[in-house]
Amino acid sequence: MLFRKKKNLNEASLGLKIGAIFGILFLHVPLFFIILYAFTTEDKSYQFPPPGYTLKWFSIVLGREDIWNAVGLSLQVALISTLSAIVLGTLAAAALFKASFFGRDYITLLIILPIALPGIITGISLRSAFGVAGIPFSTWTIIIGHATFCMVVVYNNVVARLRRSSPNLIQASMDLGANNIQTFFYVILPNLGTAILAGGMLAFALSFDEVIVTTFTAGQQTTLPIWMLSELIRPRQRPITNVVAVFIICITFIPILYASYMTRNTTDTDGSSK
Amino acid sequence: MTSALEDFSNYLYRNKHILLLLFLLPPLLWLGIIYLGSLIVFLFHSFFYLDGFTGKVVYKISLSTIIELFSSPANIDILIRTVVLASVVSLGAAIIGFPIAYYMAKYTTPKIKVFFYLAIMLPLWSSYLVRVYSWKLILAKEGIISWFLAKLHLTWLLEAILALPVIGGPSLSISYLGMFLVFTYIWLPFMILPIQASLERVPNSLINASYDLGATKRQTFYKVILPLALPGIAAGSIFTFSLTLGDYIIPYIIGTSKFFIGQAVYTHQGTAGNIPLAAAFSLVPIAVMAVYIYFAKKLGAFNAL
Amino acid sequence: MIKALELKNINKKFNETVALDKIHLEINDGEFFSLLGPSGSGKTTCLKVIGGFEQPDSGNVSLFNENVTDIPPFKRNVNTVFQDYALFPHMNVEENVCYSLKIKKIPKIEQESQVEEILSTVKLTGYEKRKPSELSGGQRQRVALARSLINKPKILLLDEPLGALDLKLREQMQIELKNLQRQFQITFIYVTHDQQEALSMSDRIAIFNDGKIEQVDTPDNIYKNPKTAFVADFIGTTSLVSKQLAAKLFNYNSAFSIRPENIKINNEQDSKSEFNAKVVVTDIQFQGSYYKILCKANDLTLTTLHYVDKQKTFKINLGDSLELSWNKIDITNIND
Repeated sequence: MLFRKKKNLNEASLGLKIGAIFGILFLHVPLFFIILYAFTTEDKSYQFPPPGYTLKWFSIVLGREDIWNAVGLSLQVALISTLSAIVLGTLAAAALFKASFFGRDYITLLIILPIALPGIITGISLRSAFGVAGIPFSTWTIIIGHATFCMVVVYNNVVARLRRSSPNLIQASMDLGANNIQTFFYVILPNLGTAILAGGMLAFALSFDEVIVTTFTAGQQTTLPIWMLSELIRPRQRPITNVVAVFIICITFIPILYASYMTRNTTDTDGSSK
Repeated sequence: MTSALEDFSNYLYRNKHILLLLFLLPPLLWLGIIYLGSLIVFLFHSFFYLDGFTGKVVYKISLSTIIELFSSPANIDILIRTVVLASVVSLGAAIIGFPIAYYMAKYTTPKIKVFFYLAIMLPLWSSYLVRVYSWKLILAKEGIISWFLAKLHLTWLLEAILALPVIGGPSLSISYLGMFLVFTYIWLPFMILPIQASLERVPNSLINASYDLGATKRQTFYKVILPLALPGIAAGSIFTFSLTLGDYIIPYIIGTSKFFIGQAVYTHQGTAGNIPLAAAFSLVPIAVMAVYIYFAKKLGAFNAL
Repeated sequence: MIKALELKNINKKFNETVALDKIHLEINDGEFFSLLGPSGSGKTTCLKVIGGFEQPDSGNVSLFNENVTDIPPFKRNVNTVFQDYALFPHMNVEENVCYSLKIKKIPKIEQESQVEEILSTVKLTGYEKRKPSELSGGQRQRVALARSLINKPKILLLDEPLGALDLKLREQMQIELKNLQRQFQITFIYVTHDQQEALSMSDRIAIFNDGKIEQVDTPDNIYKNPKTAFVADFIGTTSLVSKQLAAKLFNYNSAFSIRPENIKINNEQDSKSEFNAKVVVTDIQFQGSYYKILCKANDLTLTTLHYVDKQKTFKINLGDSLELSWNKIDITNIND
């Protein structure tokens, strides 16, 4: 009797299970429909169920130069923004994670602000600043915007790793005769490596499909999300849009999965050492 | 072995504040000048005003734009509509997100927890636009929901819901109800993770203590678990609330013709060229969030992050 | 005797908190020296100053008569075993132990033989390829020791190295540490808050309190002749009698400390001692080979011991009135 009661308490109730499963389905089912729609033969509406299935839209997209140009621009922007964010975010994390000085909290706030404030405010601010400074729109204006809000992603990952690491690691290395430079290359970098990489991956995913800030800093250029947005507002090529959406899902899932794979490993070892 | 580089690194070791400064300088210059600079310049525009005749911005300090913002009933409508939507979305996300967070924190094995993490992280980081687009497919008149309800012979129910004032509309994809669904869907992961983190910190012994003291499962939930999860819910709502306040794309794609703050900012800076009014509109979400964060902080939301 | 370490007038503040207040300390070569005190008493800060991780605000640190105050840690011939061991999580046991040899660019073959030797000394042969996360607490502790000892430092600093281990393992490691110190014949400076550990292992002990050193002495002397009330109370069990109470009850003109084993429980036939007190038993604690008896009489609180005798049955009960006594030779005068 007692045993049964205990078991009952340690198991989730049916309602909770249904709620959790419903939530997970709610998060994921919509994406399956996009994949389904990429194969539909219907090209004028979002008719469900699709009247037939075809692969032709994929081959049509393969031949679309404008889409490939947009993909190229987006990749270029994401790559350079991520690299800048890695440098800036790691530096900020190294400086701020343990230090205590006047204004530290304000600087932390400043790093978080670009993703905390609505993208439209960041976007318009940068746009008008470029206007005032007489900087013409270019790939670089997009990159400046992206690096600004990607920085915090790298920063968060690196700070989390620094907090989890033993504060004595650096001291231990110096104690064993390594100078600052050796300590940096032998201890700090290998320890932060996966955190930086994971942060970079997420920053890449974030930059690759960012649209709001980009709208204001791109001028006449078309990144993939901007192309997508224009199709969302005025659908003219539904089947093409469906295929591009699937493509974006694939491109962003890879770095996200990779990033969580890397950080999962570290939480595992941390857990076992406790 | 002593090189100039080594001497320099020793110097830095002894003078840690200089090292700190060297680290901090690049990100600080970037954010301070490029970001904060443009932000302040833009927001400061709310103290200028647009000349009605020439359509040009007058660079004189004045409160006329801010007064204009709050004196026009249309603008007040926009502000209230947005804040109400943001609150409802936060509530919806908390209700849908809580079971996942609770199940994840208390009833999973480590392996299943990793699966749950992934299931939440993937939508969190993956494309915003694509996820909005997926709902355009789902909510469309000829889309899945209509088809599904028709199969269940419930088309009348959908029509009845769409006929409701305020939340209804010609189709789900042009209604507040649809907009609420999409917003909740898009920001849901931001709500789940902080709730999960705060529940994770509730020791199981506490829950067992409640049972031990004679509380039922339901009583334990309302008297122990929910209050302790509150900081997590507050933290999550900071995200859902703020993200909804500033968004202009979802109302643009799913919404009706009535504006939200984000759209107002977009339109005023763009076609209307009224940067001062756009800036004044932008101040509202910032101010609302500042107040919101102040109270959330009192609830302990930041410990749950 | 060679002075391994000398601290002269070391002061250190963190913001407004005084961590070290005019510390003077001399430690001889080959000594097992403990820095003992409650947490926050400054003992760990003192160790960090010796290791070079913290710069003193003023004062001098000398190692073997050489002023090293401004020398960075990686150039000091001392090594530290950290409280959390600070093993590099991305390296296996071998790489951790080998780290300093790699830094010194010692030839590979020599590295290998040295690592093999030191790992066998700390009984970790066979664990070379394990990651720190795959080791038990005791094994990590040994890796940390091996990593430091492979340098053959003149001084080894140990920051509460046994704090994370359970009691049995701790007692075993105490013996091993002592053996290692004899084997390597180097100076150990050992930070701990466990008085039992300090008393049983050390040649000499410095008692820290509130950033100051209260007493430096051998374990024996510290126990028998504590100089201050803090030391008397911190080391072992004692009964403290204030100056006022001593004057009133015993007509004695100093505050004093009396160890429980020196307080006798009188039988009627016992001759009178120099100090006598009538008390009531307030608590009896069974300690295995003896009972600890807590007694009270108005403001006076005394603790004494009663050894278990197989022949006699225990007959002191809570609330009993007892007559306690001791002699002047048993007490230690302290500054009140």
